[in-house]
Amino acid sequence: MGESILKKRAGIEKQVDEFMDRVSEAGLLCRNGMESYLKGNMEAFAQAMTSIRETEHKGDALRRSIEQDLFTKTLIPESRGDVMELLEDMDALLDRFTGLIWQFEIERPDICPEFHDDFKELLHYSVESVEADVRSCRAFFKDIHAVNDHIHKVSFWESESDKVSTRLQRAIFRRQDLHLSHKMHLRFFAKQVDRIADEAEDVADRLNIYVIKRML
Amino acid sequence: MFAIFLTSGLFLGWSLGANDAANVFGTAVGTRMISFRKAAIFCGIFVIFGAVISGAGAAQTLGELGAVNAIAGAFVVALAAAVTVYWLTVLGYPVSTTQAIVGAIIGWDLFSGALIDYGALEKIVLSWFISPVLAALFSALLYKVIAYGIKYARIHMFSLDALTRSGLLIAGIAGSYALGANNISNVVGIFVPISPLADISFLGWFKLSAAQQLFLLGGVSIAVGTFTYGKRVMLTVGEGIAEMSPVAAFVAVLANAVVLFLFASQDLQAFLLGHGLPAFPLVPVSSSQAIVGSVIGIALIKGGRGIRWRMLGEISMAWMATPIVAVLISFVSLFIVQNVFQQKTYFPVEYQITAEAEQRIREAGIPTNTLADIREKTYPTAAQFQKAVSQRMVLSAREVNAVMAATEIDRIMVTNDAVKRANASSLTSEQKRAFRTQWRKTFEHRWQLEKALAEASPEWRAKPGDKEQNKEVMRDLDYIYRMVHASE
Repeated sequence: MGESILKKRAGIEKQVDEFMDRVSEAGLLCRNGMESYLKGNMEAFAQAMTSIRETEHKGDALRRSIEQDLFTKTLIPESRGDVMELLEDMDALLDRFTGLIWQFEIERPDICPEFHDDFKELLHYSVESVEADVRSCRAFFKDIHAVNDHIHKVSFWESESDKVSTRLQRAIFRRQDLHLSHKMHLRFFAKQVDRIADEAEDVADRLNIYVIKRML
Repeated sequence: MFAIFLTSGLFLGWSLGANDAANVFGTAVGTRMISFRKAAIFCGIFVIFGAVISGAGAAQTLGELGAVNAIAGAFVVALAAAVTVYWLTVLGYPVSTTQAIVGAIIGWDLFSGALIDYGALEKIVLSWFISPVLAALFSALLYKVIAYGIKYARIHMFSLDALTRSGLLIAGIAGSYALGANNISNVVGIFVPISPLADISFLGWFKLSAAQQLFLLGGVSIAVGTFTYGKRVMLTVGEGIAEMSPVAAFVAVLANAVVLFLFASQDLQAFLLGHGLPAFPLVPVSSSQAIVGSVIGIALIKGGRGIRWRMLGEISMAWMATPIVAVLISFVSLFIVQNVFQQKTYFPVEYQITAEAEQRIREAGIPTNTLADIREKTYPTAAQFQKAVSQRMVLSAREVNAVMAATEIDRIMVTNDAVKRANASSLTSEQKRAFRTQWRKTFEHRWQLEKALAEASPEWRAKPGDKEQNKEVMRDLDYIYRMVHASE
């Protein structure tokens, strides 16, 4: 009996790990996609878009399966609600990456070459903050005392992201040769990217509370 | 009539199941690691196993109620204890069923003029303090060790969940088995010697003795109690005293089991002493009180912020109320049953210093010259006789017991029916043979029957140093005595 219970748990542990892989993967695919877009390589961009959509579907399926297991098998009663919220939050971050790529596809923003580096840097920080979230989450499940080693990095990347975002928006609005509508369009994209890091920080804050609750 | 008398034993079993299941599954259900339904099913099954398999090892045990000498009295005493436990269960407090029984017996002692067992009272009061303190110490220590282990083993949250759940289930199953084995004699033990049931053989595969059938009935009553009314007390233990994590829930039941094993197990003490090892002192511990201590111990080691002191105060009041209420209900009910229903709730026990008794007292090394003026004088109750003796000489508690046992008048005759019943019991064939030699003999004192049996066979004799064997002989003698009375 004990063995079969452990096997079942090994199943859910694997699913959680895979789900985290998908979140992490979405960040990398988003970065690839945006770089392809900035280079004007629309074929590679389309490919990244297909991949990220698949990743999102897989992530959704995994999250649903984990949540179903949590409830039907009444697992971790003391942290079930927290784990559920955490999974939803991480899934929301995954969706943000997908959403961003789709936004590029739908709106096709005209990004001036001088802003390319800032956009790349901004997305890099957002991806890194989500990466730190992923590492914190893995630690939350496997080694709760190590969560703090990762969680503080989220804030670091988020503040870096804020700096670049401010710098980029300032640069956009300093340009005299652009229409206000164009500037606002670019600002919208800068904010979309920056928002990912902001949300990653919110997730880290909530995770911090879940850790305290489990340690009590 | 037997069926009517048995109902109070079964009601007591039901109350015990409704209250004491919380000691083994309370924390698991309170932390929602095991559903109440699942806990009740496992608890019920293993209580029955424990009662029938291990309870039968002590088939002759009359339990606490053995102190009551009339079956109608035992009925009332069991009923009083059951009503007390039922009332406190409805209120949701974990209380000790044994303490309710002891309280109800004291009610009977008061009513019948028998001597009150102050030792038992002292044990109850000690248990209120010792059980929670010992359990709290052990649970705090175990919690620290286990929390340290989990931290360094880096166990995945879901694996830890699985391990804790399995641990809680296994501990609950073992605890339920012990609950059935240890308490069944209190529930139906008193009815074994007067049981009209016959052995049943199932197609020759296995046999269920008359005692086992009673134990099965008792076990089922405990199981039904858990199923129908056990949730309330479980939730008090599991979440009412302090918020608990599943690991803490497991540590609490583990600490409870460890404390009971180390400080209440005579087998462990005999084993340690037998191997020349230092043994833990045997102290009165109650599982119902120890589990509360276990929960508090963990809460305290975590800073003590989550403890609901008000609930703890209420539980302490319930502990104190248990024996007191049982005494009152027992006394009043005995009065009603004796006077309204005209049932004999006790056989008056007279005391007299007969020539044989005096001889026996002297053999015990107690001088009898100061008792000359009350020689051959009959006293209607133990209390009156003891008062008369204490006015004439100062005796230690042990000496008082010896004098009381020697002078208790108990005119008994070994009837044909008693021999037949003994032949059908689980006594050894040598014991049965020795008992048959007493057929149609009459005895003035109980100890004379015991002496006659001891002279007839070594299997009826106490062996110096062999505690287990002596306990067994005492139990068998109790059984014989009760049966001889029932057959008269």
